[in-house]
Amino acid sequence: MAKRLDLKDVDIYYGDFHAVQNVNLSVPPRSVTSFIGPSGCGKSTVLRTLNRMHEEIPGARVEGQIQLDGEDIYARGSDAVAVRRTIGMVFQRPNPFPTMSIRDNVVAGLKLQGVRDKKKLDEVCEASLRGANLWKEVSGRLDKPGGGLSGGQQQRLCIARAIAVQPDVLLMDEPCSALDPISTLAIEDLIGDLKKDYTIVIVTHNMQQAARVSDQTAFFNLEATGKPGHLVEIDDTEKIFSNPTERETEDYISGRFG
Amino acid sequence: MTPDGDEADANTVSERTTERAPSDDPETRGRPTGSATMSTVTDTQPTATDPGRTTSGGTGERVFRGLTTGSGLVVVAAIALIGLFLVVQAVPSLLANNANFLTSPEFVTTDAANLRFGIRDLLVVTLLSSLMALVIAMPIGMGIALFLTQYTPPRLAQPFSYVIGLLAAVPSIVFGLWGILVLAPAIEPFAAFLQTYLGWFFLFAPGNLPVLTGTIFTGGIVLAIMILPIITATTREVFAQTPRFQVEAAQALGATRWEVIRMAVLPYGRSGFIAASMLGLGRALGETIAVLLVIRAATSPSTGSLFDGGYTFASLIASAASEFSQPLPTGAYISAGLVLFVLTFVVNAIARVVAGGKVNG
Repeated sequence: MAKRLDLKDVDIYYGDFHAVQNVNLSVPPRSVTSFIGPSGCGKSTVLRTLNRMHEEIPGARVEGQIQLDGEDIYARGSDAVAVRRTIGMVFQRPNPFPTMSIRDNVVAGLKLQGVRDKKKLDEVCEASLRGANLWKEVSGRLDKPGGGLSGGQQQRLCIARAIAVQPDVLLMDEPCSALDPISTLAIEDLIGDLKKDYTIVIVTHNMQQAARVSDQTAFFNLEATGKPGHLVEIDDTEKIFSNPTERETEDYISGRFG
Repeated sequence: MTPDGDEADANTVSERTTERAPSDDPETRGRPTGSATMSTVTDTQPTATDPGRTTSGGTGERVFRGLTTGSGLVVVAAIALIGLFLVVQAVPSLLANNANFLTSPEFVTTDAANLRFGIRDLLVVTLLSSLMALVIAMPIGMGIALFLTQYTPPRLAQPFSYVIGLLAAVPSIVFGLWGILVLAPAIEPFAAFLQTYLGWFFLFAPGNLPVLTGTIFTGGIVLAIMILPIITATTREVFAQTPRFQVEAAQALGATRWEVIRMAVLPYGRSGFIAASMLGLGRALGETIAVLLVIRAATSPSTGSLFDGGYTFASLIASAASEFSQPLPTGAYISAGLVLFVLTFVVNAIARVVAGGKVNG
């Protein structure tokens, strides 16, 4: 539960394209770290290397080390599928399995891990839905398809699905960008609750959101289109938004950025 | 990196960029480049809504609409006329029929004054051979489609699909010749094996032929190969369209390749696969010349075994085509054709309902 992430000299490539250059950062357990920066700066790319999801794109590769409590998740013998079972992910667009019921959606990850005990599955289902602040809304219709929920509910269902397997780290890739302000608020509150138990990394385009939910903030930037993105600085969120070390960061958060 | 790497990477990079585009944050929207694009768009707009252009296009517009509507109606009219032709030609023979059209195994039309014909055996042979083809071709077709979309890198999948497409281009007559001259003797030992050990099951019981070559069993295999490209091509297309976010949902939970297929690809492509299979079934039901060559004529009625011989609707009509001189005997064959017409119509209708309009084949 709630492990620490360390990135050491991470370089990410898509074939010959150098997407992200030399990232060094640490994510302490039971905290929220947000990645901010302009489009194309590689923040989503970095996030996707944290659970080896970027490998699904042909030609993608990573250099450097990404350690989960000191263990390199890219070490020889380490399996991408196994890594993803311990590092959960929530996507930009809510993506419940449309043909599965709400219950089956929540326990999908557990079933993949071979849990068949119905009582255990029902318990985890309820606990996860409660954890995602969705239980009250759906407890009466667990057998209905997950596709029938509203966008905000679907996203909370996806969060419930991700936490049902009790991941070491929870990654969120712009989880609120497809949601209305009220649903966004619900998710942000939820993130505040979840950080008691989980290590959370969130990519967001919304700087107010980063300021509201995260303990530390990493600012990524790129010099020009076609150049690799890089980490400009990472610091306590309060410091980044009040008194950043780098001029680039200040320009970006104050809206002066080009 | 392989030489083809560049292209593939360019694709993925642009894909990622477009994926991000809609989520463009408010900050970037106000950038100088953004407003420049805006002004270009406004400049071009007046040309598009130029009132002179729309009115001057009035006549051309009407002519064009007339032409397209006309071509659409031609298709509907053709189908209606074919149906009408079949009914008009079939009714007099059906009235003159001295046997029960639905239940009689006979098909005797040599004496125009005493027509005795029924479709029982035709229906049995047609359905048995087509369903056997479907049972063989469905799993293989799904396997190939999954292999092409999930396991093969795109640059290998493309040529492989062309090869499958080539299979569809082989003329029926060639399949027929191969089926009776090569396949039939080759599978005879297997057929004998099935009959020896599973003969108690009606499908493998001894049939109405003295030999085990040129049976429905052989015909079903030939038909399976013939409908495989249809099933594969459509299924591959549907599987390839599985939304990325669905696939990622499964991957992020730690699903293996096969589990991703089970959780995301199959639920999404199931209806398309069934529709593709129905299209294949339609093809198998109507296949004529290959079946005529492969399945031997039988002297006694069908027993419902796969080792029967006999005629399908299509092969019977083709076999008698040279004798269509007198209207009443000819009408007997046309009524058989009418049943086949309705049968394929129903199968296609089912395919469309199942696919929910997703398939255009």
